[in-house]
Amino acid sequence: MTEIFGVPTQALFGQLLIGLINGAFYAMLSLGLAVIFGLLNIINFAHGALYMMGAFCAWFLLQYLGVGYWWALLIAPLAVGIVGVVIERTMLARLYNLDHLYGLLLTFGLALIIQGLFTNYFGSSGLPYRLPEEFAGAYNLGFMFLPKYRAWVIFASLAVCLSTWYVIERTKLGSYLRAATENPALVQAFGINVPRMITLTYGFGVALAAFAGVMAAPIYQVNPQMGANLIIVVFAVVVIGGMGSILGSVITGFGLGVVEGLTKVFYPEASNTVIFIIMAIVLLIKPAGLFGRAR
Amino acid sequence: MADPAPATVRVPFGEAERTTAIAFAVMVALFALAPAVVYPVFLMNVLCMALFACAFNLLIGFGGLLSFGHAMFLGMGGYICAHAAKEWGLPSEAAIALGTATSALLGLVTGLLAIRRQGIYFAMITLALAQMVYFFCLQAPFTHGEDGIQSVPRGKLFGLLDLNNIWVMYYVVLTIFIGAFLLIYRTVHSPFGQVLKAIRENEARAISLGYDADRYKLLAFILSAALSGLAGATKAIVFQLASLTDVHWTMSGEVVLMTLLGGMGTIFGPVIGALVIVGLQNYLAAFGQWVTVITGAIFVVCVLAFRRGIVGELAVWWQKRRG
Repeated sequence: MTEIFGVPTQALFGQLLIGLINGAFYAMLSLGLAVIFGLLNIINFAHGALYMMGAFCAWFLLQYLGVGYWWALLIAPLAVGIVGVVIERTMLARLYNLDHLYGLLLTFGLALIIQGLFTNYFGSSGLPYRLPEEFAGAYNLGFMFLPKYRAWVIFASLAVCLSTWYVIERTKLGSYLRAATENPALVQAFGINVPRMITLTYGFGVALAAFAGVMAAPIYQVNPQMGANLIIVVFAVVVIGGMGSILGSVITGFGLGVVEGLTKVFYPEASNTVIFIIMAIVLLIKPAGLFGRAR
Repeated sequence: MADPAPATVRVPFGEAERTTAIAFAVMVALFALAPAVVYPVFLMNVLCMALFACAFNLLIGFGGLLSFGHAMFLGMGGYICAHAAKEWGLPSEAAIALGTATSALLGLVTGLLAIRRQGIYFAMITLALAQMVYFFCLQAPFTHGEDGIQSVPRGKLFGLLDLNNIWVMYYVVLTIFIGAFLLIYRTVHSPFGQVLKAIRENEARAISLGYDADRYKLLAFILSAALSGLAGATKAIVFQLASLTDVHWTMSGEVVLMTLLGGMGTIFGPVIGALVIVGLQNYLAAFGQWVTVITGAIFVVCVLAFRRGIVGELAVWWQKRRG
């Protein structure tokens, strides 16, 4: 058994992998938050609750309709995305002329409602989601075993994050989006339907959360509280990365997941708090965040 | 009533102060007489939460800073007070003072970090820092984790007043609340409070007038943290318990709701909000998770249709009626 710094390599790589998986979720969720914040100037507190809804949607599809993982990966984001569009049209749209803090308060209330309802109907114990058969087994990398599903999560989340980056930074649609972030009134004057773009952006950001939720279902237990604690960590990730850049939030998400995993190996007592400590240090050195612009 | 002032003209200054004084007297009288008809422990809970909400309101209502992590001050004040009273055998007044001081210190440290960003980021940073404090309290041995610090001795205040007598305890809590309430009122109406409001309205202009905005914000943050700690410490003595509930983020959300519902930036709003929310939780306790759903629904309704809160709407209605 080889060791690095007195830690067996098996444990080290194991935690590193868990860190990467957590990082994948941080990245997907903070990306959604950043996209929504860019256009709506709202921090979506309901993001964790909608991530949880995505996971429940997958569980529900499998349990009652026999619809498998792959379809869930498509249907859940669509369903939750529609919920998001309804939320934006009926509620958030009334708040755009007010202080942005009201958006935070509204989505906080929505998060409480969604969580409370799900806890009422499903209890607070976790529900298991069966791993799709394609993903049974693991790859032997020589120094460690990599379960197939975990490899898929890392791959899929990277693919989703990079395609989002591509769409926003390299396509015409993305250029409208970036322009509307800078100056919505002017973009509207050029004949682009900005309110519709805002609605679809919120729907997309929320769908991203649901997608992450479906991916999380086979790894973590499906549970009404699964989003609540995660979202606070993701907020810290967002503060550390700054919301100015898409790639920045992806890198920060994965990086902090890995740091958290390593902390579990070397100093487990701090593994819950390490991200918050890093946030405090970043605020002291670079208040706008690692990739952020002061605004 | 003889003065037919048009609605656009503000009520003369002296009159506004008189209204506040009357409302204050009514509030004190009601709280002083209420234990004759209402369960005193419930009222003490209301008073502690009202103090907590008033402290929070000082920050959001007059400084424009939305802290989403105020539970850390309430909880930490409670833990330190309970630990000092139980393990170190400190008299209750010293334990409460120590809890308050600890929260003030925590306010200094977290405030220095949080005021480096504004608006939404300020809210997220305070929330994250509070979560860090929560994990600290979950793991630190002196808090006894999930059990909390139980059977905290109430002892005798200044060696004279036996706090085990529920009536004595009640009027001590009421005195603490009124003292803190007057302190907040005085702060808001002092030159310091005026500068704070100026920073809320237009920070750049306040800075250009030569005010060190960050220093004012930090001072307000520390004061608010200290008073929240006072509320938490008093609560720990009243219930003889300090637990994780008071440091959890749901508590941070609750205090936002109390202030929002009662009326942000009003003097009496947080007290009314605390009364309504604590009452609601008390009567709905049997319905389990529905309390969470209802709390969330009140949030949504307040933000969409009722942003002035109860006291704010009443004030507008009163002015219209007079107009």
